[in-house]
Amino acid sequence: MNLSRTSPQMNIKRLAVYLLMLLLVVLMLLPFAWMISTSLKAQQYILETPPRLIPDPLTFESYTSLAERMDLARIVFNSVFVAVMTAGGQILVSAMAAYAFSRIQWRGRNLIFTLYLATMMVPSVVLVIPQFILIRQLGWMNTYAALIVPGLFNAFGTFLLRQSFMGLPKDFEEAAFVDGANPFTIFWRIVLPLNMPAIATLIVLSFMGSWNSYLLPLFVARKEEVITLPVALATLQAGPRALTEWNLVMAGAVITVLPILIVYLLAQKWFVQGVVSSGIKG
Amino acid sequence: MAAWQTGWTKWKWVLFFLAPSLLGLSVFIVLPILSSFTLAFQDWNLLSPPEFIGLQNFEELAADPAFWSALRTTLLFIILYIPSVFILALGLAVLLNQKLRGVLVVRTTTFLPVVASWVVVSLMWKWIFNPQYGLINPPLNALGIETPGWLFTPDSALVAIVITSVWKDLGYIAVMYLGGLQAINDTLYEAARIDGATPRQQFFRITVPLLTPTMFFVLIILLINSFQVFDQVWLMPMRDSAADRQVEVLVTEVVKNAFSYNRMGYASAMSWVLFVLIFAITFVQLRLQKRWVHYESE
Repeated sequence: MNLSRTSPQMNIKRLAVYLLMLLLVVLMLLPFAWMISTSLKAQQYILETPPRLIPDPLTFESYTSLAERMDLARIVFNSVFVAVMTAGGQILVSAMAAYAFSRIQWRGRNLIFTLYLATMMVPSVVLVIPQFILIRQLGWMNTYAALIVPGLFNAFGTFLLRQSFMGLPKDFEEAAFVDGANPFTIFWRIVLPLNMPAIATLIVLSFMGSWNSYLLPLFVARKEEVITLPVALATLQAGPRALTEWNLVMAGAVITVLPILIVYLLAQKWFVQGVVSSGIKG
Repeated sequence: MAAWQTGWTKWKWVLFFLAPSLLGLSVFIVLPILSSFTLAFQDWNLLSPPEFIGLQNFEELAADPAFWSALRTTLLFIILYIPSVFILALGLAVLLNQKLRGVLVVRTTTFLPVVASWVVVSLMWKWIFNPQYGLINPPLNALGIETPGWLFTPDSALVAIVITSVWKDLGYIAVMYLGGLQAINDTLYEAARIDGATPRQQFFRITVPLLTPTMFFVLIILLINSFQVFDQVWLMPMRDSAADRQVEVLVTEVVKNAFSYNRMGYASAMSWVLFVLIFAITFVQLRLQKRWVHYESE
């Protein structure tokens, strides 16, 4: 067996596998490269045939004209603010509920929890229309509340954290109770710190979901004061009879996608875990 | 047991921890579900007061060619998209499961599109599929392949949307498979090698059967998600082209009826039909799983 590992046949196989891996990496990166490249071209140079991957001349023109056209700083702030508030709020709400569902014994607990799980089966398309109507009736159109509050409450976050909280041995709390600590102290000082992996997973998931969210924001937050990046980006496409300035669109796409890609590269593990654990599209 | 864990004090704490979630979930999830259900039996344009019309929305739906066409396109999308991503992601997962240098780089890069927003991915690929200035046609033309009108014509637009969706979701599905692959005990492969099993035999006799629980889960997720396909179908077809008018899926049809035509009742009825469809298909899958899913404990 060991001999065959260095045989020419084996080497060819290895080479094929590496070529396949290279091809995959290129296929995954090329669209991003093309996006960045287009964003660094002047308007007249994006209409070259055949297309040129390396911009020549290279210019930041599309970024500056995009900044002239819309209040970029404001839109980036909106996206960051909404995503941070959603992630933070969702963690607090979910963790508190998860604590009640896992560390306290009370009558009716399983029934209520089953009802929580039942809400997870309803697809988001069923929720979009009534949530839109609710936001309108609350007078929340074009406010941060419309973007943040509906995202705070979902049974999935509670479910994910409950699974993790359940695994904590009872002894940890018992000792603290003997010392006279109240449940909130236990929750805040013991349960939360000991469940950081699950919490990190939920933070990442909720931040990413909010950052990328499009369907509901599209209909409840279109004014520049509150508009988020994906919605603003989609408006950059020109109407039927005008020519879309693709260098501007791609500059907007770079601004939208770069922050989340950087966060991903820094916290890869939590992203993979979060996406795998949630499964269902947001 | 601590003193607070009994009687009223306990209930006060339960309420304290549960109240924010219970209240929020009731107002922003449960109430909307109920109101959407009642809306499905009403006619409401947001302006005049809603009017109860019984089953009329559903009757109209059954006779609406736009609905049937959207359902057809959704199914067509599913037929093209699910087998492609199901098989390609399995291949990728097997590759990622090799103990080779560089595997981590492949995993990181194939997961990049998963993290990117659908709006970004849709626009990125819309520009790639531009027939005149995009990236996709020159290499295909050089190979002598005749290229279609991509996002201008309905059929090719759907193909473009499927290609984009496979590209985006490949890494996500592969990572789900990878979890299943890593759970397979190495000793099984060793035993098979000693018995002289070829790699192909090992794959079909060990990997595939032991991976069926993961495959089952993947299939359920894929079906639930792809019935709800929206962003890419909403954004990719060229504005005012034949593709733009004809490529509609169920969710885009719901959104159009609700927000372009202000037909809240009709759109809600449609969204419930979609929900029931997803529910029924998931249920059937759960019933059929015994036929092909192999659990080790059995």
